[in-house]
Amino acid sequence: MTLRARHLYVHLPFCASRCGYCDFVTVVGREGQHEAYVSALLTELALERPALEPRLESVFLGGGTPTLTEPSSLARLLQALPSAEEVTVEANPETVTPALARLLRECGVTRVSLGAQSFAPRLLEVLDRQAGPDDVRRAVYALRDAKFDNISLDLVYGIPGQSAADLDADLSEALALGPEHMSCYELEAKPGTRFTHAHGAELARQAEAMEWYFERVVARLTEAGYRWYETANFCRLPDGAGGRDLRSRHNLAYWRGRDYLGLGIGAVSTIEGRRWRNTPRLGRYLAALAAGERPPREVEALSEPVRRSERVLLGLRLDEPLSLDGLEGAVDAAALARLERLGLIERGRGAEDLALTERGRFLGGGVTAELLA
Amino acid sequence: MDQNRIRNFSIIAHIDHGKSTLADRILELTDTVTGREMRAQVLDTMELERERGITIKAQAVRVNWKGHELNLIDTPGHVDFTYEVSRSLQACEGALLVVDAAQGIEAQTVANAYLAIENNLEIIPVVNKIDLPQADAEGTAAEIAELVGDDPGRVLRISAKTGEGVAAVLDAIVERIPAPGGSAAEEAPPRALVFDSSYDQYRGVVAFVRVVDGSFSAREPLRAMAQGTRFESEEVGFFSPTMRAAEALGAGEVGYVITGLKDVSRLRVGDTLTSERRLASEPLPGYKDVKPMVFAGLFPTDSDEYPDLRDALERLKLNDAALFYEPETSQALGFGFRCGFLGLLHMEIVRERLEREFDLDLIVTAPTVAYRVLTKAGEEVEVHNPAEMPREVERVEEPYIKASIIVPKDYVGPVMELNTERRGRFDHMEYLSEERVLLLYELPLGEIVLDYYDQLKSRTRGYASFDYDVVGFREGKLERVDVLIAGEPVDALSLIVHRDGAYARGRALVERLREEIPRQFFDVAVQAAIGSRVIARETIKAKRKDVLAKCYGGDITRKRKLLERQKAGKRRMKQVGSVEVPQEAFLAVLNLEGGKK
Repeated sequence: MTLRARHLYVHLPFCASRCGYCDFVTVVGREGQHEAYVSALLTELALERPALEPRLESVFLGGGTPTLTEPSSLARLLQALPSAEEVTVEANPETVTPALARLLRECGVTRVSLGAQSFAPRLLEVLDRQAGPDDVRRAVYALRDAKFDNISLDLVYGIPGQSAADLDADLSEALALGPEHMSCYELEAKPGTRFTHAHGAELARQAEAMEWYFERVVARLTEAGYRWYETANFCRLPDGAGGRDLRSRHNLAYWRGRDYLGLGIGAVSTIEGRRWRNTPRLGRYLAALAAGERPPREVEALSEPVRRSERVLLGLRLDEPLSLDGLEGAVDAAALARLERLGLIERGRGAEDLALTERGRFLGGGVTAELLA
Repeated sequence: MDQNRIRNFSIIAHIDHGKSTLADRILELTDTVTGREMRAQVLDTMELERERGITIKAQAVRVNWKGHELNLIDTPGHVDFTYEVSRSLQACEGALLVVDAAQGIEAQTVANAYLAIENNLEIIPVVNKIDLPQADAEGTAAEIAELVGDDPGRVLRISAKTGEGVAAVLDAIVERIPAPGGSAAEEAPPRALVFDSSYDQYRGVVAFVRVVDGSFSAREPLRAMAQGTRFESEEVGFFSPTMRAAEALGAGEVGYVITGLKDVSRLRVGDTLTSERRLASEPLPGYKDVKPMVFAGLFPTDSDEYPDLRDALERLKLNDAALFYEPETSQALGFGFRCGFLGLLHMEIVRERLEREFDLDLIVTAPTVAYRVLTKAGEEVEVHNPAEMPREVERVEEPYIKASIIVPKDYVGPVMELNTERRGRFDHMEYLSEERVLLLYELPLGEIVLDYYDQLKSRTRGYASFDYDVVGFREGKLERVDVLIAGEPVDALSLIVHRDGAYARGRALVERLREEIPRQFFDVAVQAAIGSRVIARETIKAKRKDVLAKCYGGDITRKRKLLERQKAGKRRMKQVGSVEVPQEAFLAVLNLEGGKK
């Protein structure tokens, strides 16, 4: 077996409270179950170990709020995971104490992704976030003190009540902290959720405004020396970062269509054309693994055409050209020609490579939908 | 049957005023159908008719009452079928004029009552639904008496639902309606009026006839005089209520003739049948070659369904001589058919039948009317499609209608205003009662086909009732307005409008299109133009952002499906040049004013 996965995702669902806009699999409270959950994760890892390379490129602990996990359980988990060149942990700012930062560092974490979202207290309140702006700053300082040299900040824009000036202020505040990496997401309000219900009219207004918010975000960050390497992700250019490539290696793996193993409730794995999602129910997950069995899963077989389509839709999110080699039939030739004429796509060397132009990247979703055969 | 013992009658009533229920009661009371055989509303055979409460195809049923043979000739219930109604009425000597005691007279009742009076029919006024709590039997009786010039005391009061008074209706038919005239003499050259026809896939065209002179029997060579169609009668008979073969149909009788013809268009309503052996010298009066007045393009939403649409139209045409269609190719909508209809309701019925009975998904372009055009070259052409209107014309004539509108008196102002906007010419106004007013107007049909009826209803809170009859062609100052999307003319959106309204229409249309057409990857100009002169312009600004915010390992499947749906949505759009136009946009022209509200 040469095609084993080199990327591991571990889901830690625990949160102190649920944020209105969030649609990840989360579990509020249940402090008493952290230890049992970590045990279950390690049992699942043991069951799936044959699908993983011995040495991994990346491990990513996402949530939920991974840093809300009991420190002893978190440490046990991190120490038991296979080693990897990049180990990222997601953290909510209010949970990052100097002690936690040190613990992460000692357990081999190389990168921390902080969910700042905004620096405006009233906007954080709209999002139900627990942290305030000072918490974000304190968290960054604590991580720096623990010698973390790869910190990512998440920002959200299009928050109900957010003005253009608010967005600029958030970007300035974030840049002032000098993060190596930033992820900036447009707020996605799912229809039918409590959040959408509460903010419907304002969200509609934001939809108009966000058209150029996105351009603003890209302009500000690229001016500040960041590389817009994926639709919503930015990292400092190598010359501003001691020559390091600061793109998230774990997420790059998704966008390049690599295989990955996911552990934990709701976690998704994709290995050799098979994709499965673990049950999102904590009780079922724990029960199955306590019995030494795999948790209930939803399995999706990915046909070759589907895999090719996914390669296109993921690959076009990046700022690097997508090679059409091996993607025969995934792209509609007439659409490609039209998009080229419109200046949204460029062909690279030998016409085998595709890249979106800058304008094409702002329209990446629509362009991809049109391009797919 | 002795001609003196025959009575031929029809029932005139507005939709929902109880015609079918009364017909059912008559069938029951005369023991034509009994008990369990009774299917509610026997005469309405088609599913669609039932649901819409209207009758498309006339039929005739024979019943016996106190030693008399009564033929009930069912008339189509709507304006678009005025000609068919008039032929049905011509086959009768009398008519029941049925009015709902709670609703009072409607415009359609007036139009059909006038038609009956013109045909010299004996009218028996009937107030129905007197059992309803809100019924105003006396007020309604007074209204009808006024309309037909009769004594209110002679207006019958009934409830078709409970059966109350229905026997008196049958008695009145025998007493008041005259026996049919015509010559029953053996040697008289036979003549029969075709008042309806239908197509049976096994037996071919079945003609519904009223024998005027002589008699008709099976295995007889016959001729339809106006069209010259010849055939041999395979069978004659009558309905009671199902088909019953008879040896012959004699003078004054109503029944059917099975012709064996394979095409309804060869035997048109209003034609006169005679025998090849004793040819009549003169046909019966009143035959008209009915021409479609309203036209629209019908296109399959999915171009693969074009052959299905063609087959479906062929099949509908078998039973609907008034339906016209010919292939049409639109740059925007692909292959379809330009169809001609008697009127708006006829169009609506055809569209619904295509969608319901044939399971087709259609785009129907804005209806237009038949224009008579004299070109600069001196050539006369009839134009059924705005996109085919020559740019240089000497003269254009458009069809005019006489409209009867009945409204409560408080709404006379708004109706007059609407009619003025639609280039109407006021003709006459009269009070039917203290509350209700009849307005007569002449209007261009082209002003009615788009959204007149909706406007009339909305400006009168639904109280207005409306009916019309085409009265002829008149010259009009008409202009062809074209729509250009990103510089490309869109044939399916061309309009013909009066010069005075061209600017406003063009403006409204481009505004509407700007709303209907989603933003694209580039700026899109939407223009309305008369010839090369642009009269209105809007720009659909290019999209600046269209991305899926985040996409990581856990949501690839969902994002892929999202894009697949987006892609499928694009496939349903029509490509105009490089612009994707949703099908709804082609309907924008249908309700311009509706959209502004």
